[in-house]
Amino acid sequence: MRNPLSKQVVNIKPSGIRKFFDIVSEMKDAISLGVGEPDFDTPWHIRDEGMYSLEKGRTFYTSNAGLKELKIEISKYLNRRYQLTYDDQSEVIVTVGGSEAIDIGLRAMIDLGDEVLIPQPSYVSYEPCTILAGGKPVIIELKNENQFRLTAEELKAAITEKTKILILPYPNNPTGAIMEESDLEEIVKIIIENDIYVLSDEIYSELSYAKEHVSIASFPGMKERTIVINGFSKSYAMTGWRLGYACGPQNIIEQMIKIHQFAIMCAPTTSQYAAVEALKNGDEDVAMMKEAYNQRRRYLIHAFKKMELDCFEPFGAFYMFPNIQEFGITSDEFATRFLLEEKVAVVPGTAFGDCGEGFLRISYAYSLDQLKVAIGRLEKFIYRLREEKTEQKKMRTDKEKG
Amino acid sequence: MREKILTIIEKNSRIDLGELAIILGVDEVEIINELATMEVEGIICGYHTLIDWEKTSIEKTTALIEVRVTPQRGHGFDSIAERIYQYPEVRAVYLISGGYDLLIIMEGKTLKEIATFVSDKLSTQESILSTATHFILKKYKEHGTILDKKSIDERIQITP
Repeated sequence: MRNPLSKQVVNIKPSGIRKFFDIVSEMKDAISLGVGEPDFDTPWHIRDEGMYSLEKGRTFYTSNAGLKELKIEISKYLNRRYQLTYDDQSEVIVTVGGSEAIDIGLRAMIDLGDEVLIPQPSYVSYEPCTILAGGKPVIIELKNENQFRLTAEELKAAITEKTKILILPYPNNPTGAIMEESDLEEIVKIIIENDIYVLSDEIYSELSYAKEHVSIASFPGMKERTIVINGFSKSYAMTGWRLGYACGPQNIIEQMIKIHQFAIMCAPTTSQYAAVEALKNGDEDVAMMKEAYNQRRRYLIHAFKKMELDCFEPFGAFYMFPNIQEFGITSDEFATRFLLEEKVAVVPGTAFGDCGEGFLRISYAYSLDQLKVAIGRLEKFIYRLREEKTEQKKMRTDKEKG
Repeated sequence: MREKILTIIEKNSRIDLGELAIILGVDEVEIINELATMEVEGIICGYHTLIDWEKTSIEKTTALIEVRVTPQRGHGFDSIAERIYQYPEVRAVYLISGGYDLLIIMEGKTLKEIATFVSDKLSTQESILSTATHFILKKYKEHGTILDKKSIDERIQITP
């Protein structure tokens, strides 16, 4: 029998978190800081609107690009929050989560061999989606000393004649890094000079704690070369509804709709009705959740300082990305031992790219009470690691002395 | 800052002040001062505990009593409200717009105790025109808290 599998698909690395998932799901009393979704339920008025649409029998397909009413609300929202102007008729597509938007955005733009710049550590799907679309991922390794922001030098160094797209994943999962207006300004020049397109994944845009999020598409000359991706999962705690969107130049959106129409047909209708309510009347919910995340963020920053765990102050999303290099073990070893010995699950930084080695992703999409228990265990664990290290050192020096 | 402090302590008045300062990103001294000022100003009236008495073996019955009254010259509804709220078994008294004037929340050990209160103490007052008593059969939610909700984290424990 012939091998049924595509070589390209087989060669794609499976996600690095699988192993931890398997251990954790076997453990009854483990607690987790490994979740990448909000702990809040979707606000009731939004759920209610979804149910109402079902009661009304709104169970048919919507048009491919999405419900007209929703596209209008998306366009209004982006204007109100980020000063972006998109024509709801021709420049907006509603997708199955931000993830679909990433996939079809790349597929609509990549020709075989085109290079796609992917800053890492970052979300797990950019690299495989690029490969599946026939592109060549070019990884930009972000640095702790830059608080994992993308610098002009790093960008310049990665650009070749084949560079077509830059993926810009801010506010960032897993690092919690943001790009402020001044940071964006620096890279905008280079992007325009080199005629590069940007896929800006702004799914965490509402969770920016220092200043309001700035979209790169709002810079002069950028709207025509940027696909803005956003959605409802993180801002409105709607992960399971699977609803996102992309906005961009008409010619790109048109091609994205084509792929979407053949692969997906349309985003879930119930979710689209619920999302209209979210955008119309959900601003207060977003503000309430953001404040809660920010309180937890401050709590963790303080807790890490107290246990002298090195970590830059993240201003976005709901993740901390502490540096564990002092312990002299890999991220994977740290996470495995932490899970087995203290029964707390965290995600090793390497799950988000090789340059995540030496770091952990700690999610604060948990209640303060849950965080306190987990952080108590983390403190115990790292003190033990430090003791082990001192002992080893002592043994070595004793040996040398003979 | 006041609103943030109040929002938190309304749900958790036992929070450690040092911790409150950390999560709000301010000095502990500032928190202590704000709380003291708000106590003096009567904004913070107490630090109570939300109890689901149903789960204890202690008998308690709660009733909502709608009261229609004749307002008194010069005092409006205040003096009659005062006569009512002096009773310790009266938990709350509100002036209400609509079909009646005062809403009383009353707590007693038994149904009979409440019935006696209404017939002996309330109805006999001159300015009270009529009352309607509603007994509470079950409390689902109180003080913004759902009483019987078990919160189980149903999220997949590790996701990217």
